[in-house]
Amino acid sequence: MATVFPFSAIVGQDEMKLALMIAAVDPRVGGVLAFGDRGSGKSTAVRALAALLPTMRAVAGCRYSCDPANATAQCDDCKARASGAKLKSHQVPVPVVDLPLGATEDRVVGALDLERALAHGEKSFEPGLLARANRGFLYIDEVNLLEDHLVDLLLDVAASGENVVERDGLSIRHPAKIVLVGTGNPEEGELRPQLLDRFGLSVEVKTPGDLPTRIEVIKRRDAFENDPAGFVAQWAREEAKSRRKIQSARERVDAIAVSDAMLTRAAQLCMSLGTDGLRGELTLMRAARAVAALEGAKAVDEDNLKRVAPAALRHRLRRNPLDESGSSVRVQRALAECFAA
Amino acid sequence: MSAGTDIWSDAVTAAALFAIDPVGTGGICVRAGAGPVRDRWHEALRSCFPSSVPFRKLPPAISEDRLLGGLDLAATLQAGRPVVQRGLLADVDGGVLLAAMAERLSPATVAHLNAALDRGEVVVERDGVSRRSPSCFGIVAFDEGLDDERAPAALCDRLAFHIELQSLSTADIGSIALEIEDLIAARRRLLDVKFAADSIEALCHAAASLGIASLRAPLLAVRAARAAAALDGDDVVQRTHLECAARLVLAPRATALPAPPEQSADRSPDQAPGEADNRQDEDISAKDLPIEDLVLEAAQAAIPPDLLRRLQENALHGPRNANAGKQGQAKAGPRRGRPIGVRRGELGAGARLNLLETLRAAAPWQPLRRSQQSSETTRLLIRKEDFRIKRFKQHSATSTIFVVDASGSSALQRLAEVKGAIELLLADCYVRRDEVALISFRGQTAELILPPTRSLTRVRRSLAALAGGGGTPLSAAIASATTLAVAVRGKGHSPTVVLMTDGRANVARDGSGGRAVAEAEAHEAARQLCVTGIPAVVIDTSPRPQPQAAKIATEMRARYVALPYADAARLSRAVQANVSAG
Repeated sequence: MATVFPFSAIVGQDEMKLALMIAAVDPRVGGVLAFGDRGSGKSTAVRALAALLPTMRAVAGCRYSCDPANATAQCDDCKARASGAKLKSHQVPVPVVDLPLGATEDRVVGALDLERALAHGEKSFEPGLLARANRGFLYIDEVNLLEDHLVDLLLDVAASGENVVERDGLSIRHPAKIVLVGTGNPEEGELRPQLLDRFGLSVEVKTPGDLPTRIEVIKRRDAFENDPAGFVAQWAREEAKSRRKIQSARERVDAIAVSDAMLTRAAQLCMSLGTDGLRGELTLMRAARAVAALEGAKAVDEDNLKRVAPAALRHRLRRNPLDESGSSVRVQRALAECFAA
Repeated sequence: MSAGTDIWSDAVTAAALFAIDPVGTGGICVRAGAGPVRDRWHEALRSCFPSSVPFRKLPPAISEDRLLGGLDLAATLQAGRPVVQRGLLADVDGGVLLAAMAERLSPATVAHLNAALDRGEVVVERDGVSRRSPSCFGIVAFDEGLDDERAPAALCDRLAFHIELQSLSTADIGSIALEIEDLIAARRRLLDVKFAADSIEALCHAAASLGIASLRAPLLAVRAARAAAALDGDDVVQRTHLECAARLVLAPRATALPAPPEQSADRSPDQAPGEADNRQDEDISAKDLPIEDLVLEAAQAAIPPDLLRRLQENALHGPRNANAGKQGQAKAGPRRGRPIGVRRGELGAGARLNLLETLRAAAPWQPLRRSQQSSETTRLLIRKEDFRIKRFKQHSATSTIFVVDASGSSALQRLAEVKGAIELLLADCYVRRDEVALISFRGQTAELILPPTRSLTRVRRSLAALAGGGGTPLSAAIASATTLAVAVRGKGHSPTVVLMTDGRANVARDGSGGRAVAEAEAHEAARQLCVTGIPAVVIDTSPRPQPQAAKIATEMRARYVALPYADAARLSRAVQANVSAG
């Protein structure tokens, strides 16, 4: 595989990087959607994430990389084997699977193994991309160009954490706990509003406007292209630091306390923005917790809430055709009102 | 040298730089109709590459399986094992992809091209085939679009060079002084070329001053400058190379003219004494000028002359949603419209089976299914999961909302003509099964004469009954058109507002008179219509075009059509052009 640009070397794009780190710390946040200008480094950031993620322990020989420690989330094979003896396991990288455009449904959900069916007349299941992405990330570039029925299917699997395949009398169900990461350019078509709020966090990516930042971006990119290995080595220390940060945040995120005062603030914020349902509050709290964990804090504070509120809420607002300001501005306005009181 | 020969030599330089670093520079977008000039340039391009480099054609309507590859069903059935057919993107590895009629490429095709360009490999996950193959190539996009029609922006953003050959005649074509050996040598030198400390800054600065938002532009300019230095055999990128990159890569992308450099106060007195002094001063300043300014100057000189005009048009018609104005936004549906492929699916709910694709899907599984069948059988075994249903792309219905000024100032002269024009349009709407709504305004308020309908007779009847005279409550009219258009859009139709007025608002929202208040309110209403993103046309019906109506159109970011003494047929053609072309 080609060398990827190091995550830590990405200039700016703080909101996008934070959102990806939050998803890495707590996958329950429920996916990241990044919409933005052309050439602003959305894809680079997602691909770089793969190299940054700490490894995980998985059952050896399992096609779905089941977690040996979590018996309830294992596939049928692992459950059957676990009942007899202790499962062998090994360290594997957290999968970040690319869903290429033009992928067909059979390759996404898995289907019968064509080769064995043709050559031996055997029925055997060949897992698809969802199996490969279990316990990791599934990355969809140009998510707004993906066929609607595939987007529906993916969101469904991401929400249920399980993939069900029925084919030629074969009935397979396997765990598919995935974090969806979608990127796209709004000029090429919008995502259906029903799908928008199925993503936990939504970030707007803008090309940096100030000259020094832009120059730094070009310089680093040029240095990387001339000598990828050297550039990656140069950033190895930073990468290791970020990796340790994610690792320790993961261990502590469940112990982060959320005071009633903070919960009230979150609820007030959502109410003043008129977001539908409770998903906004839930995501807001989870994301704030992950940020607190990343910062090494013990409890969620106001700053954590403020930092994640735009990403957690901006895609859940009802559109007001007569309000010229974008959703980000409205969230900021509500934040200012809420926290001033 | 004339402007034409300059353009030609730049076009040839672009071809050479592209040949030196096809993958790094991404490619060339050539805007030109088919003709001898383009053919000659194409020959020049070909002569820059060794004959072993593959050149492949990309038809604009290429299917996904030809582009990406997939299962070769015939060979698979014959061989009894899966045989993979390579797609165009895998075939073109190490070569050049020629995209003819690039303005017609579908967004899906462009997305595949972009993915391959970004990653240098093509990943296929289709029909039971999972494979990645290297795919490093450059693209030459031949943009044959007319007027506003352009090659997809997402693709052009990744192609370093944008050249326009439209204005050239065969007389401008010069000789091509390029030796392929030089290019091959330059290719080898490419990685050794270094940048001086401030060179990259200079390119970034130039890009920023020209209002180029995308970060790919300066990056591509950096690569172009490197290729230019390699071509000259230099180890370090020189000023001329930066200027060349700025001219070829940055100038065509300019969206703003750089702010004029501040005249330093102490220099102006120097310029007074004598010619010779003056020239010397210029010489010195050319050397002393910071490199950023020189690069910017080079780019500025190459900015196409019609840029200003284009910018003004953009400001006027606005960077609205790219889809705005397209007749009936496309939506995928199961029953009607243009077929756009098949998907696996259940029968029922009106879905239509694609028999051929269903058989294709079932074919590879036949041996397996036969072996599991208890009795010997020769008939095809087709299961539920083989069903492939057709999908269609359907244009949602267009609703045209006519807002007709029936006030005294307008009506007396033009109402009859306007009525005639609407009747002509109606005939066309009837053919396309479009809906029409009619709002008229006069006196105190605007009135919805006819809610959206397809009934021609009803429209005709209410048109005939339309009376004229009274004040011009323009803001009320625009506001009610906005409300109606938003409601229409909510139903899934694509609304277009056609406002026919002379723009002389003189009745405010509360019914009181007063030109100043009425006009301010009308502008406010126009801005609100603009925010909704609903396409609009303003037709100036006054005998002589008036600034008032044009101002309304600007606020609305609508197309403005002035039709002094128009006959109904001309009016109809003007609206037609906007509704169908957008």
